[in-house]
Amino acid sequence: MGTLREALATGAPVTTQAPWPRVVVDAAGWSALGEALAEGALGLSGLWGEAEAVHAALFDEPAAEFAVATLACPEGRFPSLGRRHAAAIRPERAIRDLVGLVAQAAPDDRPWLDHGRWPVRAPLGRKLPPGPAAPYAFLPAEGEGLHRMAVGPVHAGIIEPGHFRFAVNGETVVRLETRLGYTHKGIEALMQGATIEHAACLAGRVSGDSTVAYALAFARAAEAALGVAVPERAHWLRALMAELERLANHLGDIGAICNDAGFALMLTHCAILRERVLRTADACFGHRLMRDLVVPGGVALDLAAPAGVHDLCAEIGRQFPRLVALYEGTASLQDRTCGTGVVAPGLARRFAAGGYIGRASGRDFDARRRPGYPPYDQLRFEVPVFENGDVDARVWVRIREVEQSLSLLQQILLAMPGGPVRVPLPLRGGEGVALVEGFRGDILVWLSLDEAGRVRRCHLRDPSWFQWPLVEAAIEGNIVADFPLCNKSFNCSYSGHDL
Amino acid sequence: MRTLLFRSLIATPLSQPVPKPAADALSAALGAQLDRAAQRRLGRSVAIRALDAGSCNGCELELNALGNAFYDLERFGLRFVASPRHADVLLVTGPVTANMREALERTYQAMPGPKWVVAAGACAIDGGIFAGSYAVHGGAGAVLPVDLRLPGCPPRPLELLQGLLALMEPSSASRPSARAWSDLRLG
Ligand code: SF4
Repeated sequence: MGTLREALATGAPVTTQAPWPRVVVDAAGWSALGEALAEGALGLSGLWGEAEAVHAALFDEPAAEFAVATLACPEGRFPSLGRRHAAAIRPERAIRDLVGLVAQAAPDDRPWLDHGRWPVRAPLGRKLPPGPAAPYAFLPAEGEGLHRMAVGPVHAGIIEPGHFRFAVNGETVVRLETRLGYTHKGIEALMQGATIEHAACLAGRVSGDSTVAYALAFARAAEAALGVAVPERAHWLRALMAELERLANHLGDIGAICNDAGFALMLTHCAILRERVLRTADACFGHRLMRDLVVPGGVALDLAAPAGVHDLCAEIGRQFPRLVALYEGTASLQDRTCGTGVVAPGLARRFAAGGYIGRASGRDFDARRRPGYPPYDQLRFEVPVFENGDVDARVWVRIREVEQSLSLLQQILLAMPGGPVRVPLPLRGGEGVALVEGFRGDILVWLSLDEAGRVRRCHLRDPSWFQWPLVEAAIEGNIVADFPLCNKSFNCSYSGHDL
Repeated sequence: MRTLLFRSLIATPLSQPVPKPAADALSAALGAQLDRAAQRRLGRSVAIRALDAGSCNGCELELNALGNAFYDLERFGLRFVASPRHADVLLVTGPVTANMREALERTYQAMPGPKWVVAAGACAIDGGIFAGSYAVHGGAGAVLPVDLRLPGCPPRPLELLQGLLALMEPSSASRPSARAWSDLRLG
């Protein structure tokens, strides 16, 4: 029996949730989970609230077990997990902002998503009138020769808004503090009471670059809640879209990272390949980003032109190795990426950082493997893992994943079965949870449906929640001029995080 | 690197032709939204400050695509600038979130006049799927006077390009100089 099951053995199981167990624990049991997290015996995959309860998605990596623990909070408080496990700090601040539950003895009780500008407090909970807006208290940084630099929320390029507060000593960054929440759109509140179809559209707009992955995570959670099995071909088409999305994003990122190191040639060539992927997606499915195509019950339409994907793989297969050689053979570029922005493996593990960030720092985790979902059990692929944890390692994970995605696409085209691609959904209640590997890392969706089949509560956890804090750690001791490079190598989602 | 550069020299260009007749109809429709004075003033060079007022980042992906070799927007005299003080046009994406409203207003205020606002994407037009949320004011029009609306979720790069061209001289797509330029590029 794994640590996770032992830890939850004393709780009361809830039978409505699929496919992972959900267990209601008491305050002591909740605190014990906090200890297990602090010791590294368990990992945290999500932490969210409802009006009168908090939920934690937990996993036991060696045993490949996943579960959700619930603590009822009739008095509006719960013991802080963040007190012992830093990855829980920001989710707890968000819980307070969104549902009004207070993490007791939390190390940081400043608001996070709520900037004091909404017409309501605790919009997902007791819906209180707004309080007086207070200025945000940035963490102090004092010392001789230190000065502060404020950047954002509006940045120079075409990127998302967020605020960065640097404390610098000359060129060197002593501390970076990020402030996020600018793109908070209230997605989880918009979902409440929505039909599954409408909620799926919202899920596909949490983070536009991961629209397929989000739609897939939501669809899988909905199908788990309703006990629906989708047709075999739908699984394969979903994987086809997911790999096209991964390919497009990785190609874009590799180019953009090199561009931020002053090497625009790579961006030019990678952007051409990225555009080819998007045009192929458009030709195959009628939308460049493949939005609203993965739907609960299957996929919205069948593949129009498989030959296009074949040609795409051949073209990228021809061009990409040259770009890899260019990356490897340009000393001035390597000089910028190697040894810059290091994330220590221990930190990546403690934060359960997913995607290329975790895998560049030795964390061998990929949701396509564990917990796994079809059709990846029938496909051959490697999960590239590097140890250095620097910008260079994050580029290499992407390079290897481009190669893996090309291979996966070809395997999918060869082995994809025929048949229908969608089944109708029953209208009933249920609870489902899903973990899906987007290009950026694992996306968690937890969904609870009421008896009429409408969304009672849905939580969508972007991989960025456990990656943004590591940006702050990675930049420490680097020079300010390397921040754009570091940040791009993370490419965390603002919108996905802010919800 | 030398081989790669050499290959690029002999390869045929990827840049798309200037949007053709079907596009002209759209450009005309878009142009009709604008007052002609705007087009005269902007002439053939437009500096654009893009601002994400709370988007899902989908619109930004397509804005970024405008810079790739296929669309190559700078050949039209369109250019994204970093400072609002250098901008003629504020291009807004996403619904205006409560948390971004002030930043949006201050960016607009920092722009010198005359200035124009383009709302790109369903969200910037009227809040899109996020309209009605406690955290969203609506589209860019809820906060600023909007001159041009470009629909889509997200708008395709070609649609963005057509829309931005409409900001310039009337029926810029059929302007002789523009046509000659595109023919040249297409070899
Ligand atoms: S219009 Fe669509 S792509 Fe653009 S921000 Fe809105 S949801 Fe995202």
